[in-house]
Amino acid sequence: MDRALSWLLGGRKPAASHLLLAPASLWLIFFLIIPAGGLVLLSFAKTGPYGAIVWEFGFQNYRRAFDTKYLPVFARTLAFAGGTTALCLVLGYPLAYYLTFRAGRWRNALLVGLMVPFWSSCLVAYYSWMIVLGKEGLLNTALIRAGFLSAPIGFLYTPFAILLGLVYFYLPFTVLPLYASLEKVPRSVIEAAYDLGAGRWTAFFKVTLPLSLPGVVAGCVLTFIPCLGDFLTVEILGGPRYYLLGNLISNQFMMAQDWPFGSALTSILLAGLVGGLWLYQRWEKA
Amino acid sequence: MSTVSDDALLEVGPLNKAFGTTPVLRDVSLTVRKGEFMTLLGPSGCGKTTTLRIIAGFEAPDGGRVRLSGVDVTDTPAYERDVHTVFQHYALFPHLSVADNIAFGMRMDKVPEDEIRRRVPEALSMVKLSGFEARRIQSLSGGQMQRVALARAIAGRPAVLLLDEPLGALDLKLRKEMQLELKNLQRRLGLAFIYVTHDQEEAMTMSDRIAVFNAGRIEQVGTPGEIYEMPKTSFVADFIGGANIFSAKVLPGAAGRAHLMLEDEYELDVPLDPYETLPEAGARVKIAIRPERVKVFYKDELPFGLIRFDAILKDTVFLGDACQIYLQMFKKAPERLAIAWAGGDRYAVHDDMDVPVIAAVQPEDVYILERDDA
Repeated sequence: MDRALSWLLGGRKPAASHLLLAPASLWLIFFLIIPAGGLVLLSFAKTGPYGAIVWEFGFQNYRRAFDTKYLPVFARTLAFAGGTTALCLVLGYPLAYYLTFRAGRWRNALLVGLMVPFWSSCLVAYYSWMIVLGKEGLLNTALIRAGFLSAPIGFLYTPFAILLGLVYFYLPFTVLPLYASLEKVPRSVIEAAYDLGAGRWTAFFKVTLPLSLPGVVAGCVLTFIPCLGDFLTVEILGGPRYYLLGNLISNQFMMAQDWPFGSALTSILLAGLVGGLWLYQRWEKA
Repeated sequence: MSTVSDDALLEVGPLNKAFGTTPVLRDVSLTVRKGEFMTLLGPSGCGKTTTLRIIAGFEAPDGGRVRLSGVDVTDTPAYERDVHTVFQHYALFPHLSVADNIAFGMRMDKVPEDEIRRRVPEALSMVKLSGFEARRIQSLSGGQMQRVALARAIAGRPAVLLLDEPLGALDLKLRKEMQLELKNLQRRLGLAFIYVTHDQEEAMTMSDRIAVFNAGRIEQVGTPGEIYEMPKTSFVADFIGGANIFSAKVLPGAAGRAHLMLEDEYELDVPLDPYETLPEAGARVKIAIRPERVKVFYKDELPFGLIRFDAILKDTVFLGDACQIYLQMFKKAPERLAIAWAGGDRYAVHDDMDVPVIAAVQPEDVYILERDDA
């Protein structure tokens, strides 16, 4: 075991520090490096008949992935992830601001309320949205009863339903980092801005907003990244017309039985994410 | 100080304020003159910071007005008041450079940029930080941040500068330096300072006048000399300089003098200050005697003109620059020890315990304070 570890750690003798790092290292090795490595390896393999994997290596899966027919999927995925992130930011910033500065003693209750969709299974949440958005759902019934509509509108299986589902599910991912970073802005610094003659809006744009920027970026990253790989939302609320990269990948594994191609798509997504996170870290350090 | 002179710059009062059901200010009235260094002094929770925050406009009083240069600004928001604050923990803008921090207020006031470029180095040189314009806030030491906060507050040339325990986070040596520097700066600018502190020595060093706060009230306002030499209440006497506080009964006596029975044992006859009034005969008052004004004699020599107490020496504590002597002065209340300060020559002080000594004070060193209704 020790020897294996020392080999993995680059031939150095396992000093005490290595032993202390061992649990974390093993965790990373077994749950990250081995599966991800296997995935990357698989992405270069060939697919045989009936989904068999042929261990002959080549770039054919990547060539296929960058075929123009998948371009709309990538574009759509980026658009939905970007749109969701933007909407979450627009909705989430005022919410986080309210929680931090105005909510007072209701703050903790509201934070728990915000976390509820996060804790409940998203399947439950999305099926509930189906009940709300369906042709005979709550929204249509209410609008018809109120006289705004004469016939039901198909809210479901539209980009609107997908965005709604994504925003609904990912909003806490945006709000919590924003809240954490607004919370860290010292009240006295905002008061100093008032003291020096800044009105509410000026103080916000000159002081509060710039000081909460790390939270804005963290919230966007934490929303955008999981959105890129999301497939359940589209599966349940979006229907097949709008399938995203996540659906394309899940189809390769679950339906098309083309694991190497699925792995190639996943590797591309992974490479994009790692590159993005690397840029984010560089920005954070700067 | 209810007299409002013509050069009154800031008049507040009578301020009342409660947080929830807890009253924090009760009828606080204050007048600050042009170019005056006014210190609000008191222990934590006494209402001095709340008073400052009401003047700055961060809190609204429940009752009472704030008048600045003759204009009622009670309902004017903080950003429209011509006062600037130096905050306790500096509250600098961490995302802006030193120069941009200092220019912030002037930009808000729409001062032309070329004038800002002239006034930023001027403000920095006043706080002895010339050449720091481009520095980041994070790269400054605590003392430097303090100076930048000061420069930022004075650069906009406010009518009054408010300082909320600005030296609290600095170490002792730096604090002493900054005290003198602040005082010099204030004199040079001719700017009214309202300075909040709990440090009585700091207040004595810098202030033109001190307002002593206790439990949401102002106990006394006066020059450092008045506060020290003529304390009006036992709180003021004890908080500033420390004092032995005793209870005394007023006996009938001559006009201009107080005839007192101290702790039912000693009869004293002390002069009253002009304007000082004494409760009617039979009432009880508190009196204070400063430890450094108590003289201790080890031989039975009757000092002429002094009030004599037959005491027992209970303990002596050597403090380096002084000796603290604990004295049992009263036979009826032996647990009530008095403290005397003697000079730093430890060999002049006896180490013996439980020996009879004579404690003596000048009659004018007995301060008559508030009524003792307890």
